[in-house]
Amino acid sequence: MPRSEIELPYRIEYLSILDENGNLDKELEPDIPDDILVKLHREMLSGRRFDERMLNLQRQGRIGTFPPIKGQEASQLGAVATLKNSDWMVPAFREALAEFWRGKPRENFILFYGGYDEGGAVEEGRNDLPVAIPVGSQMLHAVGIGMGIQYRRKDDVVMTFFGDGATSEGDFHEALNFAGVFQAPVIFICQNNQWAISVPRSRQTHAKTLAQKALAHGLPGIQVDGNDVLAVYAAAREAVERARTGKGPTLIECFTYRMSLHTTADDPKKYRSEDEVKEWEKRDPIPRFQAYLTQKGLLTDEVVEQLEADIAQEIQGAIDRAEKLMAREVDPLDMFNHTFAELPPSLILQRQEAELDLSLRKEEDRHD
Amino acid sequence: MTKMTMVEALNLAMRQEMEKDDRVIILGEDVGVDGGVFRVTDSLISTFGEQRVVDTPLAESGIIGTSIGMAVYGLRPVCEIQFSGFSYYIFHQLEAHAARLRHRSQGRFHVPLVVRTPCGGGVRALEHHSESREAYYAHTPGVKMVIPSGPRNARALLVSAIRDPDPVVFFEPKALYRAFREEVPEEEESMPLGQPQLVREGDDVTIISYGAMMVPVLEAADSLKEKDGIVAEIIDLLTISPLDDTLIASSVQKTGRAVVVHEAPRSFGPGAELVARLVEKSFYYLEAPVKRVTGYDIVYPLFAREKAYMPDTGKIVQAVKETLEV
Ligand SMILES: Cc1ncc(C[n+]2csc(CCOP(=O)(O)OP(=O)(O)O)c2C)c(N)n1
Ligand SMILES: [Mg+2]
Repeated sequence: MPRSEIELPYRIEYLSILDENGNLDKELEPDIPDDILVKLHREMLSGRRFDERMLNLQRQGRIGTFPPIKGQEASQLGAVATLKNSDWMVPAFREALAEFWRGKPRENFILFYGGYDEGGAVEEGRNDLPVAIPVGSQMLHAVGIGMGIQYRRKDDVVMTFFGDGATSEGDFHEALNFAGVFQAPVIFICQNNQWAISVPRSRQTHAKTLAQKALAHGLPGIQVDGNDVLAVYAAAREAVERARTGKGPTLIECFTYRMSLHTTADDPKKYRSEDEVKEWEKRDPIPRFQAYLTQKGLLTDEVVEQLEADIAQEIQGAIDRAEKLMAREVDPLDMFNHTFAELPPSLILQRQEAELDLSLRKEEDRHD
Repeated sequence: MTKMTMVEALNLAMRQEMEKDDRVIILGEDVGVDGGVFRVTDSLISTFGEQRVVDTPLAESGIIGTSIGMAVYGLRPVCEIQFSGFSYYIFHQLEAHAARLRHRSQGRFHVPLVVRTPCGGGVRALEHHSESREAYYAHTPGVKMVIPSGPRNARALLVSAIRDPDPVVFFEPKALYRAFREEVPEEEESMPLGQPQLVREGDDVTIISYGAMMVPVLEAADSLKEKDGIVAEIIDLLTISPLDDTLIASSVQKTGRAVVVHEAPRSFGPGAELVARLVEKSFYYLEAPVKRVTGYDIVYPLFAREKAYMPDTGKIVQAVKETLEV
């Protein structure tokens, strides 16, 4: 027959386990240890509160522009919670909560968005790359790390995050392609929050899903309800298992929503309707999960109340620590640090020039 | 005449060129409905529609690559790259094709496109949002590199860039977007590319700069005049490349001394080319070594340290005095 359907190894599935009305698909309900479930909830809530506090700080001019994560708590944590410590994580710039889960101190976030390069520091032993602001550029690094893991015959995996907008960049397709060709142990987590600043998802691709981008590169792709932490966790766990056992990469599209601003420099009223935001508020990832845990007997109102108090204190602690560091007069000459392993002679001279310049500026200030 | 910010002046340039010439179309991320993250293309979509003000997918290489095709086909794409720190994705298309198609086709095709992109620091931004990498583009044969320094010349230069038959990279110093207003005539005004401008006359020293650094340069000149009686001649490059050094040479032949100022890193920056030209053409007139006041050769720091990175008025004054002490 001259014309027949070519059979592809994969089809695109959609996974939802706990829906916005709290309905649970018992058959799909993943087996997750209670302590992890409770921790997931705690961190989601903590992420939400942290976001709110940061917005406050930003409005007060205590930190600069930053990208809020409101609405994407489940799609970040459900994914990252399936990793081991020795695994690697390669984030974009909106995955603060995933980074906190991995151990990044919250004060580093505040320092970073407060304008201090020190906030970018990655602690020894945490196998995460720092934030990557150039959209779509970091997934290739994840694939390279995955290829390194293969080369060293380790059983670690790499998880990389990116937005819906990022799937338009050429580098995204190169990353999927390399991962497919070399069967690298990489889990691609697309945070499809429906918007890339003012550009809707429909403008990024004519395709029905982002998950199907995997098919052209010969890897499995799945779309999950990104506001359902159980679904994200289940899909990610499967993908991690596949990668860890040498069965190659997976693309997971978390269908979620950016409930807040793109960054604090953005005004969404220019391009999206309040109604749309309201609709998505009904699908908020936190209340449905909280109800699920309450039903399971893992949470009570009192516990949540206590949690809120603990979280508030924790965040305040991070703010205090960061502001202490910021108040301390940091040496501007540290900007020369970490340019190279060793400062070359020409830069030692420039550093001296800067030192002189800064001391002259101080004198001038005194004269004025 | 109306007093306008640079944002408004740039908007006016595009609006008028689009009214006159249906070949002009705008492409970029968030340029349509949102009007650009700095609002430079504000409301153009409501006047000219989605066909001419195109919100593209998030792909800089895609924006320039397709613009090259449009330009070859006879259109005049004006692309916005949201920040110059994200323009490296365009570099390959620009260097490999936009800059060369005229030559490769031996004159059959040319690529009249404009890449508008905000550059420079001083706005408390995130990483990749403060750099000045004009040297990359100035170093690319076949590409013109323009950087205005105020609302009026921004408007006039953008008009010329849009009309230019060759690719122009147009850096907009974002620190100046709303820093001050200037009278900008409603009627059409353009300004030739490739012509530095004599901003102030003076006999003691020549200060050469461009873009956002023109602000501290002029402040430094005021201070030198008031406090020290030093009268500086000031030249604003406006076009970085191709660089016409006639004015620079004649000025320095008069003053015998020069200071070059830019916020871009020093080594291999535009200042290096300026100094080389001075050595080539005015060596015997120089009475002191030429000084460069520039950014350092380091990764641009986050904003807690950006003041320390950025050349300021005092540093320019100091450099001028040192030049005059010799
Ligand atoms: C290469 C590049 N181009 C443009 C930008 C400016 N920018 C920052 S975020 C963003 C939208 C990103 O959308 P998406 O990938 O969906 O991630 P989200 O912001 O929704 O998390 C844009 C255009 C950038 N940071 N990098
Ligand atoms: Mg998005």
